[in-house]
Amino acid sequence: MDLTLQVWRQAGPNAPGRLVDYPVKDISPDMSFLEMLDIVNEGLNAQGIEPIAFDHDCREGICGMCGLMINGLAHGPQLGTATCQLHMRKFKDGDTIVIEPWKAAGFPIVRDLAVDRSTFDRIIEAGGFITVPTGSASDANLTLVPKEVADWSMDAAACIGCGACVAACPNSAAQLFTAAKIAHLSLLPQGQPERWTRVEAMVDKMEEFFGSCTNHGECETACPKEISIDFIALMNKDYMKAKFKNRRLVSQTG
Amino acid sequence: MAVTESPAKGRRRFWLLDLYGSAVGKKWAMALSGIGLLGFVVAHMIGNLHMYEGAAEMNEYGEYLRIIGGPILPHTVFLWLIRLPLLAAFLIHIHAAYALTITNNHATIDKYKQPREWLAASYASRTMRWSGVIVLLFVAWHLADLTLGWVNPDFISGEPFHNTVVSLSNVGIAALYIVANIALGMHIFHGAWSLFQSIGVNNPRFNRWRRWFAQALATVIVIGNISFPVMILTGVVG
Amino acid sequence: MVLELDAKIPEGDLDTLWEKHKFDMKLVNPNNKRKFDIIVVGTGLAGASAAASLAELGYKVKAFTYHDSPRRAHSIAAQGGINAAKNYHGDGDSVFRLFYDTVKGGDYRSREENVYRLAEVSLNIIDQATAQGVPFAREYGGKLDNRSFGGAQVSRTFYARGQTGQQLLLGAYQSLARVVGLGQVEMHTRTEMLDVVVKDGRAVGIVTRNLITGEIESHSAHAVVLATGGYSNVYYLSTNAMACNATAIWRAHRRGAAFANPCYTQIHPTCIPSAEEFQSKLTLMSESLRNDGRIWVSKKAGDDRKANEIPESERDYYLERRYPAFGNLVPRDVASRNAEAMINEGKGVGPLKNGVYLDFADSIKRLGIDTIRERYGNLFEMYERITDENPYEVPMRIYPAPHYTMGGLWVDYHLMTNIPGLYAIGEANFSDHGANRLGASALMQGLADGYFVLPYTIGDYLAGMLGDPVVPTDDAAFTEVESEVTGRTNHWLSINGTRSADYFHRELGKIMIAHCGMSRNEAGLKQALIEIPALYEEFKKDVKVLGSAETFNQSLENVQRVDDYFQLAELMCLDALNREESCGGHYREESQTEDGEALRNDDDFAYVAAWEWTGDPGKAELTKEPLDFKNVKLSQRSYK
Repeated sequence: MDLTLQVWRQAGPNAPGRLVDYPVKDISPDMSFLEMLDIVNEGLNAQGIEPIAFDHDCREGICGMCGLMINGLAHGPQLGTATCQLHMRKFKDGDTIVIEPWKAAGFPIVRDLAVDRSTFDRIIEAGGFITVPTGSASDANLTLVPKEVADWSMDAAACIGCGACVAACPNSAAQLFTAAKIAHLSLLPQGQPERWTRVEAMVDKMEEFFGSCTNHGECETACPKEISIDFIALMNKDYMKAKFKNRRLVSQTG
Repeated sequence: MAVTESPAKGRRRFWLLDLYGSAVGKKWAMALSGIGLLGFVVAHMIGNLHMYEGAAEMNEYGEYLRIIGGPILPHTVFLWLIRLPLLAAFLIHIHAAYALTITNNHATIDKYKQPREWLAASYASRTMRWSGVIVLLFVAWHLADLTLGWVNPDFISGEPFHNTVVSLSNVGIAALYIVANIALGMHIFHGAWSLFQSIGVNNPRFNRWRRWFAQALATVIVIGNISFPVMILTGVVG
Repeated sequence: MVLELDAKIPEGDLDTLWEKHKFDMKLVNPNNKRKFDIIVVGTGLAGASAAASLAELGYKVKAFTYHDSPRRAHSIAAQGGINAAKNYHGDGDSVFRLFYDTVKGGDYRSREENVYRLAEVSLNIIDQATAQGVPFAREYGGKLDNRSFGGAQVSRTFYARGQTGQQLLLGAYQSLARVVGLGQVEMHTRTEMLDVVVKDGRAVGIVTRNLITGEIESHSAHAVVLATGGYSNVYYLSTNAMACNATAIWRAHRRGAAFANPCYTQIHPTCIPSAEEFQSKLTLMSESLRNDGRIWVSKKAGDDRKANEIPESERDYYLERRYPAFGNLVPRDVASRNAEAMINEGKGVGPLKNGVYLDFADSIKRLGIDTIRERYGNLFEMYERITDENPYEVPMRIYPAPHYTMGGLWVDYHLMTNIPGLYAIGEANFSDHGANRLGASALMQGLADGYFVLPYTIGDYLAGMLGDPVVPTDDAAFTEVESEVTGRTNHWLSINGTRSADYFHRELGKIMIAHCGMSRNEAGLKQALIEIPALYEEFKKDVKVLGSAETFNQSLENVQRVDDYFQLAELMCLDALNREESCGGHYREESQTEDGEALRNDDDFAYVAAWEWTGDPGKAELTKEPLDFKNVKLSQRSYK
């Protein structure tokens, strides 16, 4: 198939950016979207034009490195799929495809389609963990976790940190990312001792970089792991409780 | 050892202020004030159904609102006990919305060149700030029209039936009421669902009902409120 | 020059060896730990767990990753699970059995003592990970669930859906994030290590390139830990992530670290076959699929019929036929080699005739479609996304792909390379898997090294350096390496040839998979040793890299990695040529039994082949570390 790409090119973090047209020929529908970009880059390199920079790594939909805004949709038209698992058979011969990077104040552009998502690391550093110094754990089966709880926690833990939720949100909010991590840890018995400090610290850190939630639900549909906005509700509830409670007294009681 | 130190430190403000200082807290404030305002909108609409009973009943209802609680409470005191918290809720709702809009504008410095394709966000959810502004302007007009009488063509204090009919007999004014109530309906359509998320009322067992509730509420409010100008224009009431 | 390789294996009984050794090692007083700087390169399972644990102990840690976040490392892609000898199911598992299985699975080419320690600490890993909040699968009573995996006779594999690697990595990453947040680890993201600095025979630091600004920087420390993973990407098409590379370990090798058993590569049997030339990587599907899928090809070569049109009587379930005891669950190397043999006989399936069928029709009939969906739903979806075929209706097509490299930097019992102060952990070292790795053991080894081995053993080295300052980065040792790295980086931009680094990488991969892939022979390896240097020469003259060294430049990152692959590829072939026996992932056609199974030669090859850099990749020098088996009886593996 033949396509026209309109790709965001930006030489560096502070350089101006613009959409540049690239005609592409003979693309096989079995190619993945990123392999299509590989071919475009191979062609650009041969012509002496610097290849398009884009983040990608595992190409199995799990590392969370890739992420492109494709025709106004985060990760493109196939739901529940990261960009690397999107295949060209989802497009038609003659299509024009607009490819842009994630755009949010919290994700400054590094170059072309690559962005800096280290703000996500800052959120995790603020409280997205269970404090358990190596070697201090007791036997794993001493802590019982009902299967439903483990499953629900796993639903949240499936987040790959790609940033599509932020990219898709009209407010550039990172609620789904933050809520998923909070829920993953706070649903489990192991996560209870730090439950209130965690939600407070992570939300406060999140708000330094990202917008607020207007409950559009765009994040949920953009998420390649289809993480539910139910977790955002859980976070909102816990955040209020965390502010209200005297944590020193109630940290153990939920 | 510092390794196990808690991430949250420092002296804390009064918890409600602390909560309101955050965006999540402001959403709580919007949701809770929204619930209050919704309650008012529903009661207001139901009360106004007295219009269909005729001028005497309507005027009696209007007068009764001022004497509730009497003879213990002086005239209109109860009404003000309702009005003041309502006013506070209204101001909080507006302030939080304004502050969150500023926050969101800071977070979204750069827009996409390609128009977004919305998958989940409804027209109502994306236009909350505009439907909100329309409702705000309308409320100002509405107070000036039927409470204070400043813009009413023939305002008679204590005769709400008459005041309403003379105002809404004008096609332009009636159209204004209809448009504003559709905006209000859209605002409620998203808001009455959204508030559950904001305050964390979420349970897979009844999550579907949250949507139905919001849709039903918006529909009832819009139909109820729009019926007044329509019925007055068509001469059924008046 | 012949290397002095002392594995420093303590004397004593296997079951008390590590415990006793932990007592014998020197300790660093808690208040003195902050006086030591440690560099950890790589933040996958091994690197993140090590950096977090070392920082918790009080050491000053600098961690490096070329990713934008430590959470991206390719450990994240491991699907199946992690082994531990917990015996929660009372099915006869024990530390000794896990040890025994691992040594046997590795075809008796690993150190008993290392493997026993691995089996021992496997218990702690599960405890640690569970406490961190890793949402392992549970039974209805709330206890941890297990499954059997990769041919093991007991249920000892812990798992978190099909995302065990992701969850374990996130656990380690979160622990690391905590100490980063507390300021105990200095985290350098998008920073690639390009060389090791050695002074007076000790590793004293590294030289890195900031991938965003292009700045070349030196970092000094008392010890350097490499946790940079494996090198399967030398084959171009592999299950590794695109950026996985050998640069860190290869540069260490060039600075004097011995490279052990480079030819031991694991080819994973259940990957999605490539569709065309443009394919950039192969996608692995969990081996657990083999629990319920049946592998077959048509009995007739060149059969063009669709799978559903081939009647049962004309199908060859070749694994079930040849290995009645293990059937479809034979170890990875056996499954892979048999698939290759079928394809070489012209029985391959799919448009390119490069796969074999993995058929779930019988299981769907037996267990119902819902059970299959529950077990493998996400894998089936992934398969459908990639191939556009529905595996509930037509059999999957699978083909083996390079997946894991058992070889790596030579390390002693302390996980230290032969350069004092330079450590290698996780897949980057060679230590525990011998010639073949068992399923669900990679996660176990990475975390064992990072959480429970290195943090102890590194103290023994550091204790002797108390009071010594780090070598300043303006020392000649650093500035020389820095200018070498700068020169190398700029050199690639000046060639201005005609072809991209990817082109050469693809061509190199073709040579490697043909001659140093699933089965190898003398003629092929010798051929490869002619073709690789020739292609390398062409690469050095004709590669085209655009842009500048002062910006984010992915082509420039890539070309240096490909450069290192060329040299490593030669060493792999050299090692494969030297090892005239078949063992584990290394199958020499000259060494097989009458019915075509791998034939080991314990008399001549029961050793670790440690190679030393001489300046010419084709002329590396070999030192042998003999392997001594006191606790397991060497036997020919048989899965009949």
